[in-house]
Amino acid sequence: MAANSEFNHAADVKGMIQKNKQSKSIQGKLEKVIPILLFLFAIISILTTVGIVVTLLAETIEFFKRVPIWDFFTGTVLKPLSQNPQFGVLPLINGTIISSIIAMLVAGPIGIMAAIYLSEYASDRVRRVLKPLLELLAGIPTIVYGFFAFTFVTPLIRSIWPGVEATNILSPGIVMGIMIIPMIASLSEDAMTSVPNSIREGALGLGATKLETTFKVVIPAALSGIIASFVLGISRAIGETMIVTIASGSSKNFTFDITESMQTMTAYIVEVSGGEAAAGSTIYYSLYAVAMTLFVFTLLMNLLARFVSRKFREEY
Amino acid sequence: MSLATVKENVSMAKNQSNAVISTSTVNGIVFDTKDLNLWYGETHALKEINLTIHEKEVTAIIGPSGCGKSTYLKTLNRMVELVPSVRTTGVITYKGKSILDKAFKVEDLRTHVGMVFQKPNPFPKSIYDNIAYGPRIHGIRNKKILDEIVEKSLRGAYIWDEVKDRLKENAYGLSGGQQQRLCIARTLAIEPDVILMDEPTSALDPKSTLKIEDLVQELKRNYSIIIVTHNMQQAARISDRTAFFLDGEVIEFNDTDTIFTNPYDKRTEDYISGRFG
Amino acid sequence: MRYLDPTQVSRRMNGRIVKNKSAKGLFFLATLFGLIVLAVLIYRVVVDGIGWIDWSFLTGRQSHDPERAGIMGAILGTLWMMVVVAPVTLILGIGTAIYLELYARKGRLQSFIQTNIANLAGVPSIVYGILGLTIFVRAMKMGNIVLAGGLTLSLLVLPIVIVAAQEAIRAVPSYLSEASYGMGATKWQTIKNIILPAALPGILTGAILALSRAIGETAPLTVIGIPALIIPFPEGIFDKFTALPMQIYYWTLDSSLVTEYANLAAATIVVLLILLFLLNSVAIFIRNKFQQRY
Repeated sequence: MAANSEFNHAADVKGMIQKNKQSKSIQGKLEKVIPILLFLFAIISILTTVGIVVTLLAETIEFFKRVPIWDFFTGTVLKPLSQNPQFGVLPLINGTIISSIIAMLVAGPIGIMAAIYLSEYASDRVRRVLKPLLELLAGIPTIVYGFFAFTFVTPLIRSIWPGVEATNILSPGIVMGIMIIPMIASLSEDAMTSVPNSIREGALGLGATKLETTFKVVIPAALSGIIASFVLGISRAIGETMIVTIASGSSKNFTFDITESMQTMTAYIVEVSGGEAAAGSTIYYSLYAVAMTLFVFTLLMNLLARFVSRKFREEY
Repeated sequence: MSLATVKENVSMAKNQSNAVISTSTVNGIVFDTKDLNLWYGETHALKEINLTIHEKEVTAIIGPSGCGKSTYLKTLNRMVELVPSVRTTGVITYKGKSILDKAFKVEDLRTHVGMVFQKPNPFPKSIYDNIAYGPRIHGIRNKKILDEIVEKSLRGAYIWDEVKDRLKENAYGLSGGQQQRLCIARTLAIEPDVILMDEPTSALDPKSTLKIEDLVQELKRNYSIIIVTHNMQQAARISDRTAFFLDGEVIEFNDTDTIFTNPYDKRTEDYISGRFG
Repeated sequence: MRYLDPTQVSRRMNGRIVKNKSAKGLFFLATLFGLIVLAVLIYRVVVDGIGWIDWSFLTGRQSHDPERAGIMGAILGTLWMMVVVAPVTLILGIGTAIYLELYARKGRLQSFIQTNIANLAGVPSIVYGILGLTIFVRAMKMGNIVLAGGLTLSLLVLPIVIVAAQEAIRAVPSYLSEASYGMGATKWQTIKNIILPAALPGILTGAILALSRAIGETAPLTVIGIPALIIPFPEGIFDKFTALPMQIYYWTLDSSLVTEYANLAAATIVVLLILLFLLNSVAIFIRNKFQQRY
């Protein structure tokens, strides 16, 4: 049925294309406008960075007009609400570092062992089951981990170690570590699987066990990627908010006792912004100074991770 | 050789079955393969292989690609097990001991049967650490002994003079041919009795190839060598015996001279004269 | 002369093999550890919360009385926020990806934008909260309405969508676009008719993952001051609102005062996890159904 009519239309198609070409001025304009529009979209991400840096910087400068920068970075006392407020950031930095260290003590060894298992020992079938399951762990919202730390892990720790306070840095530290396991496992596994098999065969062919092959050949070859995964894990721990806010309380102690409540930089931001800190007060500006410190910390970590994985990448 | 010595050798092998792999051979035979079959999943890759490998000779294995020659080679040190779903039947004995038993320790086997791979695969470490890797995992920690092993192995692979001044440099800085000789030296360092070579020159230029071939001739004095090659001239040049594989079967196994001058199987003749493959 | 004594090598072998075997067991347990915690977490939450989930809880209003409290307001708030996040991130994300992959000349500007996106992905979510508070809530005087929360979360997850879209566009084989150019099509026609349809499953998968990240985010919302007060249900993007994670947050905090609040938090977590599970199932479905093998 179609053959005949198509044949008749064949001449028309050419004519139609010609006709359309004349109306191509609209098409031509579109071709010019679209790239500009897309460029503007792309600029949004730069504007976001600029927005973050400018807001943080402007208000931080305002803060340092009121509180000397030296007092801020060396002060061990943080009493924003007292009659004579003191704004030493060290308690917050201390809390942040301690919670991150606890998290990495959990996530580092377990993450790398899981990476070794998945990359060196597991059969394809086992890996195909375990890996997505492990990644589920990374998809759980942090607020859920916060709930878990506060209502399950803390009571569990307290039943074993009664000296631990109801809000403490240990429990959220551990739970943050669990949250970071998939990240370290996954990135380290990527680094290890990218080590070519021929190198493994070289070691196994000399009579090495898998364990010796892993630790003396594969891990040294994948070291840059593994280190980068650790650094990113630390960065993640530093920036994590809800778990520590819920489970570690808001005590601004400058202490190294992990059974006590401590506040991290992130938790301070939540406390101050959620409270009634009036815009323009010194407490309000301290929010930005702490956020700026936090931002610089994580930025440095992320840059370090990228530097490590670029600089020391093995060429096979 | 009298029957008595054979018996003695057999009983010796039995006595030592739980301790050390014997350093002496039975009848000068290193590997004895009987009715070996191998499957990759459903693919029948080796069919009823029967072969004997003799001590301090070069045995070449030739055949078109996909004929199973590399698979057979990797069965001899059980590297083939790195592929999941591999299944074997039949028996391979190494100096009288059955190596395909699950109870047999592959690590032990591989310290006696070293391997050189198709593509040079040095570790991303220094030249020194590449050579010292094997001795170290096998328990040698003494720096002086390690130094001696490194020098001896590099000399044994005729690369000492080229690298002696840069032992601490990364092995990836060497040329492809040098890397392959380094890998041979790395194998020598664990003092194996047998060296398996899986097309060791296929990734190299003619000049480097010639160096490796000369090296194989030298090594033959102390080691039994089995070399897989797709290059028939190479097999003719360097080997004492040659096995021709086709579709997972051994078509012909004989003195190299005989195989290349007077093969008894038509298919061998066709392959050697370049009519297929 | 031999340096390696075969007897000694063989004697050491057993120890080395045992070490390898036990290490394998240890590594396996380490892999399981995370999964066991996940199982315990889900079990705990379900046990604590499942008894509290009923029709009146799902459709009810927020209340101080645990028996009467409901989460409809939080569900609506979360959904309205997604009404903002989904189109904003899709348009900006796909647009940026097309620009970077298909229009931008490889050079300083392009690599600058690329590096910038990578850095943004590493900025803690709470910092986005401060940005949202300063720009949307205060400077633009929106107040803490759905739109402000939605835009804040959009900026937060935008890098995820951009990167996913870039990967999807890069995976479209060049012979497809060459065929289109070969027929005289313009660049935009080729993008619109050939490249985007081929890349769409990958883009959508990334976008859904970004959405599920946004749904669970709490920290930025605490900063822009989302209340847990009893407020009317939001009816649009200009209304004040609360969201599921904020509800969980407040109930968890106050569970030391009223123990039933822990159950309410658990019940809300169950609802949130089901929502995330559904979203991820859709993403997996899209990936499996439409994944093209070139």
